Amino acid sequence: MNLALSDEQVFLREAARGALSRFKTLEAAREALDTDQGALPDLWPMAKEAGWPGLLIDEAHGGAGLDAFDAMLVLGECGRVLAGVALLGHLPATAILDSAPNASEFMADLATGERRAAYLPAQPPTQIEERWSADPARGLERSAVPTAGAPDAEGHVSLSGTFSFVPDAPGANALVGVAIHEGSPVGFAVLSDAAGVEVEPVMRYDSTRSLGHVTLDDARGVLLDAPEEALAGAWYLAQTLIAAESIGSVETALEMSVAYAKERHTFGRAIGSYQAVKHGLTEVLRQLENGRSLLYYAGWARNGAPGEFPLAASAARSVAGRALDEAARTMISVHGGIGATWEHDAPLYFRRAQLSRRLLGGTGLATDRVAGELIAQADAA
Amino acid sequence: MDLDDTPEQAAYRAQVRSWLEEHSSQAPVLQGPDALEDEEQIVAARRAWQGRLAEAGLAGVTWPKEYGGQGLGPIEQVLCNQEIARAKVPGILDAIGIGMLGPTIIAHGAEEQKTRYLGAMLHGDEVWCQMFSEPAAGSDLAAVQTRARLQDDGSWRLSGQKVWTTNAQFASYGLLLARTDADVPKHKGLTMFVVPMDAEGVTIRGLRQISGEAEFNEVFFDDVALDAGAVVGGVGNGWGTALTTLMFERVTIGLGGEGMGYNSTRFAAAIAADEHARRDPEVRHELGEIASELLAVRFTGYRTLTALQKGQIPGPEAGLAKVTIVRGAIKAGDLIADVLGPDALLEDSEWSYMISFLPGLKSAGGTEEILRNTIGERVLGLPPEPRLDKGIPFSELRSKEGAAA
Repeated sequence: MNLALSDEQVFLREAARGALSRFKTLEAAREALDTDQGALPDLWPMAKEAGWPGLLIDEAHGGAGLDAFDAMLVLGECGRVLAGVALLGHLPATAILDSAPNASEFMADLATGERRAAYLPAQPPTQIEERWSADPARGLERSAVPTAGAPDAEGHVSLSGTFSFVPDAPGANALVGVAIHEGSPVGFAVLSDAAGVEVEPVMRYDSTRSLGHVTLDDARGVLLDAPEEALAGAWYLAQTLIAAESIGSVETALEMSVAYAKERHTFGRAIGSYQAVKHGLTEVLRQLENGRSLLYYAGWARNGAPGEFPLAASAARSVAGRALDEAARTMISVHGGIGATWEHDAPLYFRRAQLSRRLLGGTGLATDRVAGELIAQADAA
Repeated sequence: MDLDDTPEQAAYRAQVRSWLEEHSSQAPVLQGPDALEDEEQIVAARRAWQGRLAEAGLAGVTWPKEYGGQGLGPIEQVLCNQEIARAKVPGILDAIGIGMLGPTIIAHGAEEQKTRYLGAMLHGDEVWCQMFSEPAAGSDLAAVQTRARLQDDGSWRLSGQKVWTTNAQFASYGLLLARTDADVPKHKGLTMFVVPMDAEGVTIRGLRQISGEAEFNEVFFDDVALDAGAVVGGVGNGWGTALTTLMFERVTIGLGGEGMGYNSTRFAAAIAADEHARRDPEVRHELGEIASELLAVRFTGYRTLTALQKGQIPGPEAGLAKVTIVRGAIKAGDLIADVLGPDALLEDSEWSYMISFLPGLKSAGGTEEILRNTIGERVLGLPPEPRLDKGIPFSELRSKEGAAA
């Protein structure tokens, strides 16, 4: 039993914090709200330099061969400063590709970051939604994933379908998703510049988040020989990464709120001495600690107890999403009126919280998955 | 990051498991058709079982060897607890003594006290109770009014009242925090004592609660004589000694949170058993939120263990796990009662007792409010609220309180 970070993990986290500190990400985030994301720094070269694109790719394929928990440490640092580094799209895509022998020739470029991939999120079936499904453009009704026909002589298949609000899709070289082939889920990859592939960049509320609506209209792709576990695993990996990123944002939101509660005085004393303020901040800490503990659970379960990974990843996502909402709202309240102004950083965390909670199936589906996994466990007991 | 046993831990676990497999048929039966019913019989059987566990090295795992313990670490304690739970046999009866009071005596007691009390405590020959809280001193524990007065011959006379005393009705001894000097500020005039529960002038009354059962007791002291050797940790050092006990209480809570039976698996099973509820989106959402937080507490416990292994002492943030468990269990009881309807409140239902017990548990071992104060100040570094009792002799405080009202 040992949940302590290794020296390498501490170094990875510190190095990430250092690299990200070279950019004024918060100022850029505010400015980008007025400039249609034009002001955002391109952080991908920095990510390449740091070796992040290859974090989850096997060493034999040119990657670092690290595990989800290591990637979560990096995403946590990105979340702390609201940095959009395209890892939320790239890492789950590389996890699928790296498990597919017929994609091995592409892995070296993906590991160095010369080429970037984006994951088309596909939710594995649940007790309520019994098919593989993708996030819809609006509403609660989920979209079907594409159906792939028989491969042609060159091994290509035709794919049609839509994936909405795909993280980091704009600018990605390849898109990696799940289709149904002969009744079973199968991984596929398409090149973004192939005929029939359209990526429409969209911005919603949080300028730091790169999103795209992806339409495949008779697009030519290849089926991947990735195992089915890897397809489901990518969904849960994406859940843990956005959870880790959210918990990173909670950390900063809490630190800034606590600092202000110590320095701002009313009626002759610091506002942090009032129970109403203090208890609100300890509630953020409580949710932060719960979220952190679940990141450990998910980080361990992916390889340590794969059967529990869906439960662990979904629980982490559920708690982290709520924690970020609580932290952002508390941050605004503790700062009083100034916390709700354009010039303050609190609204940037609030925007991050509101959009993040609705991506990748939303925290609601993750919460439902927790119940579903536990009900299934009870049935099996 | 690794949750697996090391080879040494696996060997220890195997040793514990093999002893339990051989002896579990001799454990007292507390559930099912053959369960013991008479409370005296249950206590006697559990004391004897604690003795067997102690002989086998399954009690006082972290106690030093010289006092009958195993001299092992918190990990082995947890492994031992896990194996006892797996064997479905009762654990030690005197968890308060072995988990909190014994370690306090080990840290602060005189050699004669260690020799006299620890062995009998460990083997269940003498059960202990903790007498800290009073009707007017709970969150503000240093406000205790139970008074011990020094006599000319060096002995003490004790008068006052304690409350919320678990196990007092069958305890041999209690560790008691009393005021020995009212003319100094309140944290300074306190002393810790060992009190024989059968001493003349000690009266114990059961305190019935919402469920109708008496989990706790009130204990009254009417001019009880204590000899000079009853003082633990020195006269006037009672507050420091009490803080040691409270630190061990946090460790106990941090490592044993889920042991109270408030876990996601149990609550999910109740929902899974109802055909309609298990597909109802609202029920599933509520269950998912509750269960996620309770799952988190399990891993918070592992984080605490990791810290203990590295020689760090768990801080007050372990109290947040208690807040989460109690909140989660309250919400789960509410959800299950919504699903099952009034039958969840039947006296013999699995849930009625839990639903009755939880509102009080919110205040046990530190109210949620005082835990949040402590964590806000010690972990987040927020300033304390201004206090009206600092530096003021305890004897002057009450008139001051009256004037402020």
